[in-house]
Amino acid sequence: MLFYLQSSGKDDAVTYSIGRISFDGEKPVMDMKRDYYEDVKLFTSGVVFFWFMVLMVFLAAYPFLVKNYYVYVANYIAINIIVVIGLNILVGYTGQISLGHAGFFAIGAYGTLILMTKFHFPFLLALPVSGLIAAVFGFLLGLPALRLEGPYLSIATLGFGLTITRVIGKIEFFGGRQGLHAPALVIGPWHLDTDRDFYYLLMVITVLMTVGARNLIKTRVGRAFVAIRDADIAAETMGVNLVFYKTLAFAVSAFYTGIAGGLFAFVLRFIEPELFSLFMSIMFLAMVVVGGLGSIMGSITGACLLGWLDLQLRNILSLPYIGTWLESLSKSYFSITGVSNIQFILFGLIMVLIMLFEPLGIFGFWIRTKKYWRTWPF
Amino acid sequence: MLDFLQMVVSGIAVGSSYALMGLAMVIIYKTSEVPNFAQGEMALISVFFAFMLLGHYGIPSYIAFPATLAFAAILGFFLEFAVLRRAKNPNVLGMIVITIGLEMILLGLVSWKFGADHKDMPFPISPYESFAIGKMFVSTLEVLTLFVALVMMVTLFLFFRFSKLGMAVKATQQNRSAARLMGIRTNRIMMFTWGLSSFVGCVAGLLLTPVSMEPFMMWDPMLKGFASAVLGGMTSLPGAVFGAYMLGIIENLFGGYVSIEFKSVVAFAIIVLVLCVKPSGLFARHYVKKV
Repeated sequence: MLFYLQSSGKDDAVTYSIGRISFDGEKPVMDMKRDYYEDVKLFTSGVVFFWFMVLMVFLAAYPFLVKNYYVYVANYIAINIIVVIGLNILVGYTGQISLGHAGFFAIGAYGTLILMTKFHFPFLLALPVSGLIAAVFGFLLGLPALRLEGPYLSIATLGFGLTITRVIGKIEFFGGRQGLHAPALVIGPWHLDTDRDFYYLLMVITVLMTVGARNLIKTRVGRAFVAIRDADIAAETMGVNLVFYKTLAFAVSAFYTGIAGGLFAFVLRFIEPELFSLFMSIMFLAMVVVGGLGSIMGSITGACLLGWLDLQLRNILSLPYIGTWLESLSKSYFSITGVSNIQFILFGLIMVLIMLFEPLGIFGFWIRTKKYWRTWPF
Repeated sequence: MLDFLQMVVSGIAVGSSYALMGLAMVIIYKTSEVPNFAQGEMALISVFFAFMLLGHYGIPSYIAFPATLAFAAILGFFLEFAVLRRAKNPNVLGMIVITIGLEMILLGLVSWKFGADHKDMPFPISPYESFAIGKMFVSTLEVLTLFVALVMMVTLFLFFRFSKLGMAVKATQQNRSAARLMGIRTNRIMMFTWGLSSFVGCVAGLLLTPVSMEPFMMWDPMLKGFASAVLGGMTSLPGAVFGAYMLGIIENLFGGYVSIEFKSVVAFAIIVLVLCVKPSGLFARHYVKKV
C-alpha cells in the first residue's frame, strides 16, 4: 500500500509532503492525524513524553552539574527563548514583521522594577502586570499594523522601539540615563539571591510559557494566526476576524516579550536604556529566522545557538585556538580596538547564509534530514 | 521670525541628506521590492574607502572622490550579484533579513578596521565655514549639500525620463516579465539599480562626513531616509524628496519650539500618524491586493 501524506506537522510552518511506503499488516508509523483530539494532544507519542521527562530531569539537575557561570548562561538563554517564542508567534505564525521588540522588552523590564520599587508590588504580581502593560502597548501597535505591511510595518515598529528607548532614557521617573538597579528578590519564604536560585524560577516560567505557546498554536486562535499569514483575505472570507486576531497576535507577542523583559532585569540586576537598542530587536529577529520561522522547536534552537554565541563572542580574543590567530590578524590588517565587532560580522553572515540556503532555518534543516532518513534509501 | 527662518533653512539642509538616502532606497525598492536596510552601511564603507584614500595614501580629493563613487557603484553591483540574486523564492521578510544581515557584516567590517572613535575627514570644505544672507547664517556645507542634492535629483529625473537605460529601468519596474520579453536584460537592470542606489547613497554619506565620521554615522540618516521614503510612498521618487524635506523641517521646528530631546523621535510619530491615514504613504497609489 502506498501512502502519500501531508504531515500536518508538529510545529512546522510549511507542510512537507512525505511519501512513505508501508505494507499491509504493518502499523503505519507516520504522523497521520485521525481526529482533532489527536492533533491537539500535547505529547504525540510515548517517545515524545519520555524525552520530555528526560529534558525536565536534565534541566532540574543542570545547576548541580556545571560551574556558576554556565548557570548564568542558561538563564540568559532562557530569557531569549521566551522572547523568541513570543516574536515567532507574531513573525512566524501570523506573518507580521516587527523590528521593535526591544521596546516591549524594555517595557517589561522597567515595568517590573518600577512596580516593585516605587509601588511595592510583590514580584509574582509585578511580573504579570508589566507583561500585561506590554500587551496593551502591543495592542496599540497592532492597530496601525492592521493596514500596513512589508516596509511600512517594519518602519512603524522600528520607530516604536526607538521611541520607547528614547522616552525611557529622558524621563527621570524611569531612572533616566543612570538606569535602575533590581531590588532583592523575595518570593514568600524564599530569598532568590544567586543565579542558581533564580534559575529554577526562570525555568518553571520558561517551560510554562513554551507549553502555553504550543497549546495556543494548536487551538482556534493559532489556526487563525496561520490562516492570516498564509492569505489574510481568504482568512477573512472564511470568517476570521482580522482586526481581533492581528491585534491579538501583537498583544500575545508583546506579553511574552514583556515577561521576558521583567525576568531579564533580574538576570542582569541592572538595566539602562542603552541596552534596549535597535540592535537588540535585530538580534531577536535573527534568532527567530535562524531557528526557523513558525516553529516552537526552531525558536528554542535559534535562541540557544545565537544566545550562546552572543555571550561567547563578547570576549572573542580569549577563545581557544582562533583567539590568538584573530589577534595577529587584527594587528596586521585591522585594528585591535575594534576586534569585538567580529560578532556583528558573524551574526550578519549567519543571517544571510541561512536565508540564502535554508529559508526555514535550522528547523527546516532538521525536517529535511528527518525526511531523508525516513525515506532512505529512496 | 528670524529664528523660524533659520530653523527652516537648516531643516532644508538636513532634509537634503535625508532626500538622497530616501532616493537611494526608493530606486532599489521600485525594482526589487526590497527595503534595503544595508543602504546606510553601503554608503559607510564607501565613505571610509574615501577616508583611506585621502588620509592614509594622500591621494588628492579630485581623484579620490570619483574613485569612491566608482567603488560605491561596484559595491552595489557586487552585492546584488553575489547575495540578493541568490535568494531562493524570496519574500519580503526574507529580503529584510538578508539586507539586515548585510548591514551588520558591513558595519562590523568597518568598525573592525577603523575602531569606534571619531575621525577627522580631510574634506575640502570645513563644516564651520558660514556666510550671512541678510541676518541669517548659512553654512557653506549646507549650501553645498542642498546644491548637490538638487543636481542629483534633476539628473535622476532626466535620466529616467530621457535615457534609454533609464527607460529600461522603468520598464523593469513596471512589469519584469514583459520587459524581459521586450529584450531588456532584467538581471543586469537589477544589478544596475543597486549600483545606482549605492552611488546616490555614497554621495549623501560623503556630504555627512565633515560633521561626524564614525562607524555609526549612517544609522540616523539611513533610518530617516527610509522614513521619508515611506512617508512619500516608497515607490515615488518625488514623494521621497518631498517626505525628506517635510521631515527635516518639521524635525527642526519641533526641536526649536517644543523639545530638543525628543527631536529624533518625532519623525517616527509623524510616520505612524500618516500611515494610519494613508497606509501606502502620501504619493503612492494604494496597492489593493487582488485575490
